[in-house]
Amino acid sequence: MATLKELSTREAKITGGTRTCAGCAAPIIVRQVLLAAPHCPVIVNATGCLYITTAIIPYSSWRIPYYHSAFENAAAVASGVEGAIRALKRKGRLADQEISLIAVGGDGGTYDIGLQAISGMLERGHRCLYICYDNGAYMNTGIQRSGSTPFGAWTTTSHVGEAQKGKQQHQKDMIRIAAAHGAYAANASPHRWRDLMRKVEKALNHQGPSFINIQSPCPRGWRYPASETIEIARLATEACVFPLYEVEEQGEKWTVNYIPKNKLPVTEYLKPQGRFEHFFRPGNEHLIEELQAETDRRWNRLLKLAGKS
Amino acid sequence: MRQIDPDVVAAYPITPQTEIVEKFAEYVAEGLVNTEFICVESEHSAISACCGSSAAGARTMTATSSQGLALMHEMLYITAANRLPIVMINVNRALSAPLNIHNDQSDTFGSRDAGWIQLYCESVQEVYDTTIQGIRIAEHPEVQLPVMVCLDGFILSHSMERLELLSDTEVKDFIGEFRPRTNLLDLTKPITLGAAAMPEYYFEHRYAQSYALDRALEKVAAVDQEFGTKFGRGYGIVEAYRIDDAEVAVITLGSLAGTTRFVVDRLREEGIRAGSLKIKLFRPFPVEAVAAALKNVKAAAVLEKAISPGAPGPALFSDVLGALYHQGVKASLISYVAGLGGRDVPPKSITRIYNHLQQIAETGRIDRILNYLDLRGWQ
Repeated sequence: MATLKELSTREAKITGGTRTCAGCAAPIIVRQVLLAAPHCPVIVNATGCLYITTAIIPYSSWRIPYYHSAFENAAAVASGVEGAIRALKRKGRLADQEISLIAVGGDGGTYDIGLQAISGMLERGHRCLYICYDNGAYMNTGIQRSGSTPFGAWTTTSHVGEAQKGKQQHQKDMIRIAAAHGAYAANASPHRWRDLMRKVEKALNHQGPSFINIQSPCPRGWRYPASETIEIARLATEACVFPLYEVEEQGEKWTVNYIPKNKLPVTEYLKPQGRFEHFFRPGNEHLIEELQAETDRRWNRLLKLAGKS
Repeated sequence: MRQIDPDVVAAYPITPQTEIVEKFAEYVAEGLVNTEFICVESEHSAISACCGSSAAGARTMTATSSQGLALMHEMLYITAANRLPIVMINVNRALSAPLNIHNDQSDTFGSRDAGWIQLYCESVQEVYDTTIQGIRIAEHPEVQLPVMVCLDGFILSHSMERLELLSDTEVKDFIGEFRPRTNLLDLTKPITLGAAAMPEYYFEHRYAQSYALDRALEKVAAVDQEFGTKFGRGYGIVEAYRIDDAEVAVITLGSLAGTTRFVVDRLREEGIRAGSLKIKLFRPFPVEAVAAALKNVKAAAVLEKAISPGAPGPALFSDVLGALYHQGVKASLISYVAGLGGRDVPPKSITRIYNHLQQIAETGRIDRILNYLDLRGWQ
């Protein structure tokens, strides 16, 4: 993997001046991903924040081939692009060079409406990296809950009131779903950029499908100041709410990439975020307890799978 | 499809289209085609993968039917708006509910506003010829639009009919090399495809697409003419039969056109001035050709295997009516819905339509505009 000095000389393949909100992690993530891409990148993007802020006629933030078609089908479209790459290379109509084919979607387009297409792409073994920038809700349409919204979080479709305290369910485990297909699967965070870039490089050199879920803190939806994005991402890994790990060898090899020396309580991660404000009101202690219990359960399971406990 | 040897085919099985995909899978297995065959997990993904491969500069085909086409609906618009020249064969089948695997044309009529070119075939031979023509039409530099080749489920898809094949070389020469205008894989000239448009741009984009579809009409006719000159089989965008001196006529499309022609011949033997008009090109709709063919007819009926609940009549009826009115043709026009869900439409039933038309022609009075052929309990 390239050094920071080398990386600083590489051309940014997504320009500045996107219409993302101040403090949005998505362009940071995309920049890191594209800097790490070992070959010419081609992007297939699902409908979502990233698309709507980077490709509005007559402007485009992309200096590389970019295609958006719809919300649920980035993986299916990418399957077609990969099919074309194979066919055209075989027929000698495309130069025999490596292409880093990357499909990108938010958690709505990944965990929910796009899940079927992702499953199909992974099962058929297309050589494509699917990246989810996971901000834990439908941020583009105004902060509605998704299959990735954490337990208890406030969203505009999981309100906090007398009868209900935020989202009722825990997150879907996308990494295990992807790993169950035999794909290379990993969690990554923009605050650990070196780990993120190493995983992207590995995935794109992998002779098969891969899936990386990247936590993408969202100041608007998570209700924290725009300057705190990377700090929030750091707290998520320190509290093991968003652990960094990877799954290889057809789901057999699990590696935890970061084990905090002093694992923080989830409250440290929750406190700075307005979406969890109600966790700290009297009478709602059970919310913290349940989230802590589930976080610990998942973390311990992960350590066990990785042979660390 | 074997002779076309597309670069990419992505498809999902659905009755009665399955035969096409199964047969093509055999060709793939035998190495008779050099196609990348992607067996996707749904029709939505089939057309999505086709969009990806077509955008990437690969000649792309797929096939579907009924519920599968309905599942593609969202993507049909995107395919056309992104100007991706995909050729899709649709085996016409009824839509649920109740579930029914047999033929009618409600499925593709439901996609009429998606911006695809739609061609309806009468015979197995026509399906074969039209599919080859479809590649040329879709990829024409001034068209660049997806083409739907429609054929009646089971009636054509599972029939035994004599078929004259062209040689592989003839097909290859006719369709030529694919020269994509959109190429996502041209890494030296990166493009952004499928960007969003705010109100100040959206309207113009949609108009440009609509304009291209309208202009495609003459290209469809030209490709058919060239095909006819080369191989001796041409169909036109509409096909009038014994209509020049006809007083009554039935307008239809697909396999019903052949049965209707048979009825016309029998009626002519009885001295009845009957004619018929087959509409091959449904989108873009050939307004002038339809009106010109019907200009001397007193009464006509549009016979179609489709239903448009709540509308004055199904899609073809509305279009023909609009065409006549637009061109100042005064024929009395009625609608006949027939054959839904695969119900047989025999010559004797079509004969009854002509009898009805004769009454209208004689009295000059339309008793009922929307009619249902061979429907139990219909008053």
